[in-house]
Amino acid sequence: MAISPLEPARAAPGSTTGPILQMDKSTVRFGEVVANDRVSFDLAPGEIHALLGENGAGKTTLMRVLAGLIQPDEGQVFVRGEARSFESVADSVAAGIGMVHQHFMLVPTLTVAENVSLGLRSAGRLFPNTARVGRELRALADKHGLSLDPSARVSDLSIGQQQRVEIVKALYRGATILILDEPTAVLTPGETDSLLAMLRSLTEQGTSVVFISHKLREIRAVADRVTVLRHGQTVGTWALDSVADAELTSAMIGRDAAPTVSSRLAPTTSVAPVPRLAVERVGARDRRGHAVLDSVSLSVAPGEILGIAGVDGNGQTELAEILSGVRRPSAGEVRLDGANITAATVAERIGHGLAHVPEDRQRTGLILDLSIAENLAMETVGTAMFSRRGSLNRAAVRAHAEDIISRFDIRCSGPDQRVRDLSGGNQQKVLIARAVSRAPSALVVSQPTRGVDLGAVENIHRQILDLAAQGCAVILISTELDEILALSDRIAVLYSGTIISTYDRATVDLGTLGMNMTGQSV
Amino acid sequence: MRVIVGTDIASIPIAIIIALVIGGVLIALSGVNPFEAYGALLQGAFGTPQHLADTLIEATPLALIGVGIALCFRAGVFNVGAEGQFLLGGMAAAITGNLLSTAPAIATLLAMAIAAVLAGAAWAAIAALLKVYLGASETLTTIMLTYVATYLVSYLLNGPARDPATPIAQTQPLTTSGLLPGLWPGTTLHVGIVIALIVAVAAHYFLRRRVGGFQIVATGLNPVAARSAGLPVRRILISVFLTSGALAGLAGFIQVSGVQGKMIVNLSPGYGYTAIVVALLGRSTPLGAFLAALFFGALSAGGASMETSVGVPASVVTIVQYLTVLLVIAYTAARTLRRPSRVADEEE
Repeated sequence: MAISPLEPARAAPGSTTGPILQMDKSTVRFGEVVANDRVSFDLAPGEIHALLGENGAGKTTLMRVLAGLIQPDEGQVFVRGEARSFESVADSVAAGIGMVHQHFMLVPTLTVAENVSLGLRSAGRLFPNTARVGRELRALADKHGLSLDPSARVSDLSIGQQQRVEIVKALYRGATILILDEPTAVLTPGETDSLLAMLRSLTEQGTSVVFISHKLREIRAVADRVTVLRHGQTVGTWALDSVADAELTSAMIGRDAAPTVSSRLAPTTSVAPVPRLAVERVGARDRRGHAVLDSVSLSVAPGEILGIAGVDGNGQTELAEILSGVRRPSAGEVRLDGANITAATVAERIGHGLAHVPEDRQRTGLILDLSIAENLAMETVGTAMFSRRGSLNRAAVRAHAEDIISRFDIRCSGPDQRVRDLSGGNQQKVLIARAVSRAPSALVVSQPTRGVDLGAVENIHRQILDLAAQGCAVILISTELDEILALSDRIAVLYSGTIISTYDRATVDLGTLGMNMTGQSV
Repeated sequence: MRVIVGTDIASIPIAIIIALVIGGVLIALSGVNPFEAYGALLQGAFGTPQHLADTLIEATPLALIGVGIALCFRAGVFNVGAEGQFLLGGMAAAITGNLLSTAPAIATLLAMAIAAVLAGAAWAAIAALLKVYLGASETLTTIMLTYVATYLVSYLLNGPARDPATPIAQTQPLTTSGLLPGLWPGTTLHVGIVIALIVAVAAHYFLRRRVGGFQIVATGLNPVAARSAGLPVRRILISVFLTSGALAGLAGFIQVSGVQGKMIVNLSPGYGYTAIVVALLGRSTPLGAFLAALFFGALSAGGASMETSVGVPASVVTIVQYLTVLLVIAYTAARTLRRPSRVADEEE
């Protein structure tokens, strides 16, 4: 590696000049999954230290350790040079750590002062003295140069103001170390700028900040140092004024992890006159009315796999929902074999040969309390395959499942086993098999291997490649860049609701791709 | 949802026994020998043909409404307003019966049943549409609509639909063509219990063997995944709600035509609410709800006779009924909580 990360400095116990917070080889396991593998980093007083990493790199686990929500299996946390173990959130708060979650923990119908008083013993147990809390909050906000009205009702505040309430709440509870989990994900660009300015002014007053993000531009704008996490491990720590963006991106996505190039034939270069599946200038809005997809146009030909790369939360979910028919776009059209299917229901699309693998197998994909057989039949239960004039043919449902279980190598006790009792990998195989076994003409597949073991990954990739080889048009949405590179013929990068670049698999440059994923067009 | 649907059968007899023991302690505290009291209860529920008939007559509306509510539970919606749907069904049946008083019995009864079913379904439809298209909580709307229905019925019985011959708020008595045929000579038992049994068996078959039933169960277990798999979730919820309202309306018809012979203000001693408990005790299955209705019917019929013969208030029986359900729910909830949740572990 051409890049040379800094060695983390170990503080002497009781030292006042060493790091205020230090994590030393913290390891967290969930069953067989190692979410954090000997993660180390340190935070200097008055520093803004950024944590950078892809989804699933272990940032959230690290944060939950610091918040006292989970205990590490190995490793230690030092606060001001003293080893501390956080058995609960209260321990973490007592150590001066304040957490600002991505989703705010505020009661909308209460005022700012009332929210801050909640669960705060010093405010009074049964009848909190919110007037006093309000005065103190105002004084605290003034001291840090923040504008804040303690008597305002939270539901009347903008998202940016609510975030400020969370920050002041943490400070009021004595936090000297603030940990912000992707704080800008919910903010408008203007709100983001004022948050970054606020963080800088807080550190001038002596607060230290851990800033979790995958947006390089913001990290660059606000942080002093950055620690990169990948696959649960710390790749390294750099001072931001001595490292180039390209180095950080390659550390984040792991350049050395060479993707396994698919052995299949490239699709016919003569592109079909009508793409199999296409979206034209589709848009989508979230509940607040903000655009989450803006004028996205994509098309995929028979036999082609189009990979949609990007960091989670950039419009992937909405795009998949629009393609599958669960969500109506606010603008634009969806076309299947040239026909406009924008208004077609999910069932109609399935009838026309479109298959869909939702991103979250346990929430949107499978019905965990039904059997494997029932889940496999779910989408087509009304067809002649499984029923006659509305009468369910349970024997056919079972026989179909027996066949799928052996063909797709689903490890289970039989077709009647509840899906809830399967491992994650086998649950995912059920979901993939349901779509693939129909021999669809087009497939939209989201996060096909999230949280599954390596053996299942290989099996699932094989299914997708085989399906494309048979002429199915595939849109593969994944936050795993390796997966996108291993399977796709073409790659489009989705960032902030727009396609910011499209590449051919043969000519794509990994560094550029990584920069695009963090919002930089080259 | 799992607390409502996922009870295991073994827990129910145990819950009944514990509830009966607690009831026995209460009886003993009131100075009566509990064995004597329960003996009187059993005698009152099953002792003579007429007592057995009373048990079945009490069970009939509970079973019909309970099956409908169980279907709703299975689809993941809560129809708490069966009481209102029941009253409107009875009202519609009585009005229709009086309009057709000279027609042949079979035509009159059919018309009354259809009117009652439509009235109950229409009332449920309001809540269903509010839920599906506007997201209004069906628990709240069905309760509110029950108040509206209660006062609407009260208005009709005191105004346009009142029998001019009496000062009491009730309709004209039905002619014989509007009365349900008897089932067991020598008792007051009518064919209602047979209708309830047919409905319960049909619902059981529907859930087990029909595509529509499978889709109801799937929707109830995970509506998001069901929608994502192309199931017509909205249509399923609306139709299940309408069915539940229709069955409550049908129960109203049976009560008017088989028991009272006219529509009265106090047609229901709270059948619509008790049936919720019946559905819960029946583990949200149609046959289970039918059995639970028989149990509740026996307790009600027997409790009345226990009160008159040994002087123990019949409310002890109500305590036993609700304790049983509380115990079943508490047991299931405790088991659900203790089960490790794999979903939580897998998320990072």
